[in-house]
Amino acid sequence: MPHSADKRGSFTRLEARLRLRRPHQQLQRSNLQERARSPGIQDLHNQRARPEKGSKIKTFHIYRWNPDEPTQKPRMQSYTLDLNKTGPMMLDALIRIKNEVDPTLTFRRSCREGICGSCAMNIDGINTLACLCRIPTDTKKASRIYPLPHTYVVKDLVPDLTQFYKQYRSIKPYLQRSTPPPDGREYRQSKAERKKLDGLYECILCACCSTSCPSYWWNSEEYLGPAVLLQSYRWIADSRDEKKAERKDALNNSMSLYRCHTILNCSRTCPKGLNPALAIAEIKKSMAFT
Amino acid sequence: MFALRNTMRGGAARAVFRSPVAQVAPRRTAATQNMPENAARDILVKQRLNRPVSPHLGIYRPQITWYGSALNRITASILSGGFYIFGFSYLIAPLFGWDLSSQRLAKSFGSLPKPVKVGTKMLLAFPFTYHSLNGVRHLAWDLGYGFSNKAVMQTGWATVAASVASSLGLAFV
Repeated sequence: MPHSADKRGSFTRLEARLRLRRPHQQLQRSNLQERARSPGIQDLHNQRARPEKGSKIKTFHIYRWNPDEPTQKPRMQSYTLDLNKTGPMMLDALIRIKNEVDPTLTFRRSCREGICGSCAMNIDGINTLACLCRIPTDTKKASRIYPLPHTYVVKDLVPDLTQFYKQYRSIKPYLQRSTPPPDGREYRQSKAERKKLDGLYECILCACCSTSCPSYWWNSEEYLGPAVLLQSYRWIADSRDEKKAERKDALNNSMSLYRCHTILNCSRTCPKGLNPALAIAEIKKSMAFT
Repeated sequence: MFALRNTMRGGAARAVFRSPVAQVAPRRTAATQNMPENAARDILVKQRLNRPVSPHLGIYRPQITWYGSALNRITASILSGGFYIFGFSYLIAPLFGWDLSSQRLAKSFGSLPKPVKVGTKMLLAFPFTYHSLNGVRHLAWDLGYGFSNKAVMQTGWATVAASVASSLGLAFV
């Protein structure tokens, strides 16, 4: 498996370089591979194929799995890019690979500025947004890119988040009130009440934290996970919401909330700098001391 | 209506890139196909059966957060497992004629060579010290303190250092 992946990676790299050549050179390309087998030409070829001076060639190992070939196991495929010609972020590298090297590479992306949460993935071992993650400039070390951990893979870097969204729906993420606003116009908050929502409302539901949580890996059927619990606390902490007791009741069982064992991978990985672990602790505290 | 989009397959796309005539950017055609909603759902259901689970434990970066938590569990298992195993052995000892009295154990432990004694004490002391000190962190967390990333890293490593030092101290007592 790694053999074929490497072979293909180096081929695509050759491809990319060849396409930058002048037209008369391009015509030779069809038999170039064949000619490369004889030793003399091999040297010549290597000399030609040597990266230009000052180029920064970085290798990316990327998780691949294709639903159209379900019997094939997931594999890692290697790609190389010159960082001088690539934007600074991991998403730039992925888009460049897709545009110029391998159009079959599949991933989600949208806003490219860390507000949509589409490009959440595991980069070099931690979950983050590809658009907010700088490519490490150390070209000696390859980068490894996987889909969000312990999720069902739809294709390549695209995880199935159906369960995650279902769990989000289950906490009723909207204002619940039975009384009309006192002034008949709007639900007012003091500055202090509004301040309690800071650090909660910024969550973009990218699922980086939930899929970094070992507890969520083993119990995602029942445990809600850090992202959804942070959202739950966002409504529990909201001074305008009138269903706090019901919200807490729904969490008061052994699985929904208390599978949090304060591992704290969630806060460590959040690409928005939020603290889901603290939100969960606040829920636990409010349940314990009432 | 539900339409399935069949973009160009990988093999075909690569072939186009390979051929010398394809210097112009290849045109990507998209074929669409109408199908009833339940047929589309069947395809989805079938695909879901095949989906692999993405890698997790093996690829996540080792950090004091989850490694410390795992160590907390492992030490807990050693402590409680040891407690239960010894307690149960003590309970059934008379049936088999074992002598597990403190004097007897102390005597046989005393006859061991020094490195073995220190090593055994270290192995027993570390789970105790780490689990106890990490328990203090957990108490602080339960009260809502020490959740910043910096605090978590610092207290995590401090706990490891303090438990190694204190278990070494206990081992040489």
